[in-house]
Parts: sequence; C-alpha cells; structure tokens
Amino acid sequence: MSDIVTNLADRFRVCQVTGLKVDLRAENLIKVNAVIAIVCLLFGVIAAIGLVLTRWEAVHLLEAHMFYRFLTAHGLNMLIFFIVFFEMAVLYFAGPILLNSRLPAPKLGWVSFALMVIGMLMTNYMVFTGQADVLFTSYPPLKAHPLYYLGIILFAVGALIVSFHFIATLIIAKKEGAYVGTMPLVTFGALTAAIIAVITLLHGALIYIPTLLWSMDLMEMDAQIYRLIFWALGHSAQQINVAAMVAIWYFLAAVTVGGVVVNEKISRTAFVLYVLFISMASAHHLLVDPGMGPAWKVWNTSYAMYLAVLASMIHGFTVPAGIEMGQRLRGFTQGSFEWLRKAPWGDPGFSGMVFSVIIFGFFGGITGVTIGTEQINIIAHNTMRLPGHFHATVVGGTALSFMAVTYYVLPLIFRKRIAFWGLARVQPYIFAGGITFMAMCMTFMGVFGVPRRHWDTSFSTGAPFSVDFHPVVNLLQAGLGIGGLIAATGVLIFIAIAVVTVFFGKDIVEGDIENKVSGLPSGVLSLPKQVHEGEAMERVHSKGAPGTMILVFIFLACFVIYYFANWKMLSFLWKIG
Amino acid sequence: MAAGRMQSGILSPPGVWWSPANKQEKLWVTIAFVWCMILFAMMPLWHIKGGQNPTGIRAKVTPEAFQERVMQFVADYQVGEEMGFPVVAPPPGSDIYLLGRMWQWWPVIKLQEGANYTLHLSSTDLNHGFSLYPLNINIQVVPGYDYGLRITPNEAGEYKIICNEFCGIGHHLMVGKIIVEKGGSGQ
Repeated sequence: MSDIVTNLADRFRVCQVTGLKVDLRAENLIKVNAVIAIVCLLFGVIAAIGLVLTRWEAVHLLEAHMFYRFLTAHGLNMLIFFIVFFEMAVLYFAGPILLNSRLPAPKLGWVSFALMVIGMLMTNYMVFTGQADVLFTSYPPLKAHPLYYLGIILFAVGALIVSFHFIATLIIAKKEGAYVGTMPLVTFGALTAAIIAVITLLHGALIYIPTLLWSMDLMEMDAQIYRLIFWALGHSAQQINVAAMVAIWYFLAAVTVGGVVVNEKISRTAFVLYVLFISMASAHHLLVDPGMGPAWKVWNTSYAMYLAVLASMIHGFTVPAGIEMGQRLRGFTQGSFEWLRKAPWGDPGFSGMVFSVIIFGFFGGITGVTIGTEQINIIAHNTMRLPGHFHATVVGGTALSFMAVTYYVLPLIFRKRIAFWGLARVQPYIFAGGITFMAMCMTFMGVFGVPRRHWDTSFSTGAPFSVDFHPVVNLLQAGLGIGGLIAATGVLIFIAIAVVTVFFGKDIVEGDIENKVSGLPSGVLSLPKQVHEGEAMERVHSKGAPGTMILVFIFLACFVIYYFANWKMLSFLWKIG
Repeated sequence: MAAGRMQSGILSPPGVWWSPANKQEKLWVTIAFVWCMILFAMMPLWHIKGGQNPTGIRAKVTPEAFQERVMQFVADYQVGEEMGFPVVAPPPGSDIYLLGRMWQWWPVIKLQEGANYTLHLSSTDLNHGFSLYPLNINIQVVPGYDYGLRITPNEAGEYKIICNEFCGIGHHLMVGKIIVEKGGSGQ
C-alpha cells in the first residue's frame, strides 16, 4: 500500500504558478505531442514558402509537379498533422491537469502517439517521393499509393484512442473526486472538441478504409459519395479546431487578464450547439455538386438554420465580454475601452489570443458563412476566395491561438523561460499581420475569378485559349506573396523560439517569478485573480461589458454589408437554375 | 453570478451555475439568433425570387453514355473549328453538352444572348471545375453524374472556361470557350 502511495506521489508535481497538481506522465505526453506538432509545422511552412512564391506569378518558383506536391504536403502537414498533434497536447492538458487528476493509461498514450507518428511519417514519405500527388483531398478517381491512405488511417486511429483516453480521464477524475462540482469551462470546451473528434474520425474511417481498398483495386468508388463522406471528415475536422480554439481563448483570457465567464450556461450551451450541428458542414463543399438537391443543400449548409454559427457568435461575445469584465475587475473601468487600451499587449499570449478572435470572427467567420450560402457559392466555389476564407479561420484563428497558448505551455509545462523574449513579444503581430494581408489578397483574387490550387493562372504555358485577368490581380498576387512571406517569417520565428526554449532554454528556478526575469509572460509572473466576490464584483456585474457591445455591433454591421453585397454580385450573373 | 461570485473558465463553477444571463448577453444572443434566421430564410427565398440557383437536373450517367451524347451534340450542330476544337451552335431552347476531360473543355459552344439552354456538364475521367470567366460562375463537374443547368446568357461576349478543380499535371492547360452572340445574329 505504501508503495502505491509513494508511486503516486512520484507521479505528480505541484505547479508553482497555478497550484494545480500535474501528472508527470500526462506532462510528458503533452511535451512530445507539442514537439512533433512543431516539426509538422516546419514541414508545412517550408512548403508554404514554395507555394506563395509560385502563385506570385512574377516569381513562379516551382515546376508544376513540384507545386502540386508541395500543395499536398502543405495541406496535410498544416491542416492535419500539426493541428491534430497540438490538439492531442490540449486534451492531455485539459483533462488530467486542469482537473487535478491522473492520466488513466499512460502506456496507451504512448501507443497512440507511436501510431500517429508512424502514420504521419508514412504519409509524408509517400507525398515527398511523388507517389501521392493527389492534394489533401485525394478525390477519386485520382489515386495515390495505398500506403498514403494507410498512413492517414494509422494516424486517425491514434487520434481516436487519445480522444477516448481523454473521455476516460474525465470519468476517472469524477469518480476519484479529483474536482468538486462541474468540470471547468475550458475542459468542457475540450470535451466538445474530443466528441467532435470521435464523430469526425469515424467518418474518416468510413471513407479512408474503402479508399484504401479501392486503391488496391479491391472495390469500386463513387466520386460523389467520396466527396460527401470525405468532407464529413474534412470539414468536421475544422470544427474540432474551432472548439479547441475557443477553449484556448477562454483559457488565455483567464490566465492573461483574469477574464471571467460571463455566464456558464450560455457558454456551455454554445459548445453543445457545436457538437449537435457541426458535422453537417460537409455540405459547404458540395453546394454546386450534381449529387445533392437544394433541400439537402440548404438544410445542411446552414447547420440546421445556422445554429452552429449562432454558437460562434455567442463565443464572439462572451470571450471579449469576459476579458472586459476581468479587466474592469482589475480596475480598468474608465470609458468604454480603457480595459482594451491597458491590456497586456506585450504578452504574446494575450495579443495572439485577441488577434485570433478578430481574424477568426471578422475575416474567417463572415466570409465563411457568406460563401457557404447555397447560391452565393456559385461565385465562390474553388476560387481563391476559399483559401482566403480558411487561412483566416484555421491559420489566423486556430494556429494563432495555438501559438499564443504555447507561450504559456513553455513556462508552465516545460518550465522554461522563453528564449528570444523580445521577438516573442512581437511574433503574434508579425504573423497576424502577414496572414490577414495574405488572406485578404486571396479573397479579392477569388472575386476576380482566379482559381485555387492552380499552378499557372497566367495561362501562358500552352493553354488553347488565353484568360486575361483584371490587371489588379497581378497586384493581389504580389500581395499574396508578400503577406505569405511575412506570415511564414512569423511561423519561423515561432518555431525558433519554441525549439530553442525547449531544448536549450533556461529552467525556471526559485525566485525567477518574484524577480520578474525576462522570458515569462504576464500571467505567469503574476496570475490575475480568478475568483471575484463582494461589492466590486457586483459593481462590474451590473455595468456589464459596454465596450464589447460596441464591438459586436460593428461586427454585425460588417457581416450584414458583406453578406448582402454578395447577393447583389450574384444577381448580375446569367440566369441559372 | 446569482451566487454573488464571478470566476474564470479554468475553475470548476461551484453549486448551481445554470443562472439567468445578463441583459446585454440576452440582447446579443437574441440579435444573433434573428440574424441566423435571416441567413437561413435567404436561401429558400432566392429559390423563389432569385435568378441564380444551383438546382439543375441531376442524374447519374456513365462516362461512355455522356461521351456519346456530346459526340451526337457536336455532330448535330457543328459550325466550324477553332484551335482543334469543334465550334458548335445549338438552337435556342436546346440541351447542350460540355465534356470535361484531362485536359480539355470540349467542344467550343456558341450561344445567343437572351436564349434559354440546358447546359449538361460531366466528366469522363476525374473531377473538374467549370469556372466561367469573367462572370465567375463555378460548378463542380463529377464523373458519373450529369448536371443539367438551365442557363440564360444575358450579355454577348467571349467567355472562357477555366478548370478550377485539380485534375493532374496538365490542370493549367484546361481552358475552354463559350461565345455568346447578340440575339438573332447567330445564323
């Protein structure tokens, strides 16, 4: 018995900042998943540099076959491998650590990690050796080597095990009384991400296993059905990202400025809406496909009357409102916006989180809902408006929030001082600026009809008829190139900071926090108060979040204008029906 | 909050947290909900009142059968040749067939302004993307499926068809053409 007690004691440490009990085995899995995520990010960003320098026709760096190979590698490594490995780290954090619990099956954690790494390497090997030039979507009858599909299947099985492991952690934590009452909102958000992950990955199995068999000539494959089920994986996977990102917003709001949860009921209900409706978004990719009718398209593309959009609009209010109220509780009560002006803008965890909210909401959300409208999709499908949209959601939103939270993971989990702190403070600005500029240029190119996933939009290399885009497209291409290079610089700075911190960084030692040494973000130096009671709380509560009210109405005005401007554009076309 | 306490999202909320939202939050959720309903209503509304809907006539078709229809269409209405492509001028009101294949849009089609046609799209190999420049009309072309869209060209001019779904190494070579002539001047 006493053996077990010492054993358990050896498994934990107490976090000196948050006071949380940390299971070292969970911590190790957070570390390895985060490190591999960053390796995949490096693959992805190298490919990205090749891509932007090719789409910028004045440079046109890569040959056609290399362009498509880089595009395949970029999509897979960014959208799947980087993001999912990072999400696995989020699950190991939001489960055992936030709940003060133990990880039920550490060995299983390592088995699933091994599966995911093997799958990732297998798929990447096939891509880089030119045996899978099928782009991220691999639409049949386009065919890759069977090992390409097998790699993705192994990776997905690993991720599925981690999701179940997380859910098991929640059950065990509750049973063993690791926490009292309800699980924290951040964990609840991560739970919705895990549930969506299970739904998504089951769709993944449903499509990749038949595709593997088809690639070995063992069965037939219908091109339309593939598109339907693939996107039940592909788009739902983005909703895992959304749920994980929103959970991270709440986490960063809490640790950077003591952001409060304005209302637990509202925020949690919004997360539940994600679980209920998000898988329907497969339809976003099929709006101008021949396989489905209008009733199916309208119902599914709107997530059953836009209830998942409602969820995002709710978080888009509650996150800034929680930040505003947290700041007001810290004494920044002047006017509508003192809370925003006097926020810790030099803390990359804070600035990155705020930019993530803005880019995701304003640029990603508005464009996404608009082009995902059944009829408006006619003027958007497969044009550059698509990558313009999802580089705002997945990159400016999700990836940036992951970067922002890394500035807290490094000191809290790796227990290191962040290297190149001066650069770290500006990194979110560089990255957010670059990716926003690039995404806007892409969106405008798409409005002029420029196709996505295209090696040569000058059509000067042998096409039978010429296509002369509006001259402003040349300018937008240069903007895409420059914005892309700035964003890539932001990513490379981030990778350098993370790698140097993890492998060569200074350990945080006794007294560092008291002495306010450099390399520690504001919430680590002095964690804002997380609980408020009494008269000051009542005052802030009755005042609410007037600044946020102004911001969300600006957002709504932009949304309405952009949305109806697109209907107007659509109405100029030929009659189609 | 009803319990006189506010806290962050990393802590377990104590006691009963199912409490009423404050006024601002209620207002925003209500407005957002109404906006979502407007977003939803716009789509059925456009089906009734609007002129651009991707409804079409949708059917399965084998690549061989579709190819045959295209050949018949070309044989019936060919009026010339351009860059090795037959130029086809179907009469107003007819069914017109456009084949996407690696890496051609076949044939070149001549239409009349203001006339109605049913444009049938399919592929005999991979997925392709029908993208009409400079109008920016984009339709997915899926092998095995015939997508018949009723179209009415509203302005004379020369339109190009770009392929905007990746279809292999020659994807960028795949450019086709639709010519729209002033009403009545076609023949």
